[in-house]
Amino acid sequence: MLAIAIATCATRNLFSAAMLFGIFSLISASLFVVLDAADVAMTEAAVGAGVSTILMLSTLAATGYRIQRRPAGRQVLAIGVSVVLGAALIYGTLDMPKVGDPISPVQTNPIAKRYIQVSPTETGIPNMVTPLLASYRGFDTFGETAVVFTAGIGVLALIGRRRRRNGALLVPNEVPENSAQRHRVLRVSGKQLIPFILLYACYVQAHGDYGPGGGFQAGVIFASGLMLYMLLLGIDEAERIISPKVLEKLIAVGLLIYGGIGLLDILQGGSFLDYRTLSHNPQHGLHYGILGIELGVGITVTAVITSIVFCFAGHLRSHIVERTSQAEIPSPKETPAS
Amino acid sequence: MEFLGLFNYWVFVVLMMSGFYLFLASRNLIKKVIGLNLFQTSVFIFYISTGKVSGGAVPIETPGILIYSNPLPHVLILTAIVVGVASTAIGLALILRIKDDYGTVEEDEIDAQDVLS
Repeated sequence: MLAIAIATCATRNLFSAAMLFGIFSLISASLFVVLDAADVAMTEAAVGAGVSTILMLSTLAATGYRIQRRPAGRQVLAIGVSVVLGAALIYGTLDMPKVGDPISPVQTNPIAKRYIQVSPTETGIPNMVTPLLASYRGFDTFGETAVVFTAGIGVLALIGRRRRRNGALLVPNEVPENSAQRHRVLRVSGKQLIPFILLYACYVQAHGDYGPGGGFQAGVIFASGLMLYMLLLGIDEAERIISPKVLEKLIAVGLLIYGGIGLLDILQGGSFLDYRTLSHNPQHGLHYGILGIELGVGITVTAVITSIVFCFAGHLRSHIVERTSQAEIPSPKETPAS
Repeated sequence: MEFLGLFNYWVFVVLMMSGFYLFLASRNLIKKVIGLNLFQTSVFIFYISTGKVSGGAVPIETPGILIYSNPLPHVLILTAIVVGVASTAIGLALILRIKDDYGTVEEDEIDAQDVLS
């Protein structure tokens, strides 16, 4: 990992920097498995190695890969600052408990004891991460879902509308789809994978109570399935399957499900996000509540990530269209003007 | 595992600093974003490793297992990863708009254009 990080710093080619970062994410995902965090590993593998690498590559396609050489002064200062800060942090770690120490403050804290020992019997859900995410820290997760929602809206506002502004230009399939002809093997074999990825995402969504999984993981896996479809068949085809307008609505629907369940709890006489009031049996109510908000989280995350990827692809497509139309159309127009 | 002890944290510090250096030193905006992501991922690894108990299991209740790793850092980082990719997307979207308006993603060239205008 160290080698990859240093190589990322050293390379002047942005393409290789982005790919190296993807590998770095994949390795850190396997490190998360070693450190007993299966849920986190699942998310990191789908997000770090999949979605964020694709986002970076599609940005690079618009901006170019090379970095110009810079004067060394700034680098020296930056190295100095990083080394000093790093030395201070290492000095700080000298007082820290060793990794895996069972009597470290993190492990002996009463909260950790409660989550590990009481939560499975109290909620009847074996996976401790899920009730912790959805119930004990429900407010926190609500806030984070709202942040994801806001980020989705932000990207839509920044680059989403652009392709509709010059939408008249963009007849579907106007862009020559070279990739469709060139990578026939990839396309045919990749298409076989997509149903399984989507099915797996649904399993992860529904099975979050018993195995590693839940709304966030299912959302990113589902989104990467849709992203694979877009990569294989092109953005036009993908938007025909699931239109951006539907996605925009789904972004809000997911958050509304989450908030709506919270309000339903108040109407049933409990407090906000207190699921025990949802059913006569408090434990069943808790299960319904957790499943419901996981569904809300899953819908929002899927819709946000998919629409972000579609926005980037759409932006890239409008670039390509502009470039080809500038190459063909303006030359006859400019001659009478001059 | 005794060897890992504090050495684990030191590796994270070095990873984090390489991200920080990348963020400070590069004038290319995309490379800055990659540096931020590197920084972010190393903080994730740090958090997860504080939750690890040696001999512990994945925090899913299974009969016969008594020691589990702490699930709290897992929850925090799980949501942080998704929020992180969403904010990275915002950053990259801003870069795309900057590229459209200025025609470059190099910081000093953008500054020069701002001074001229």
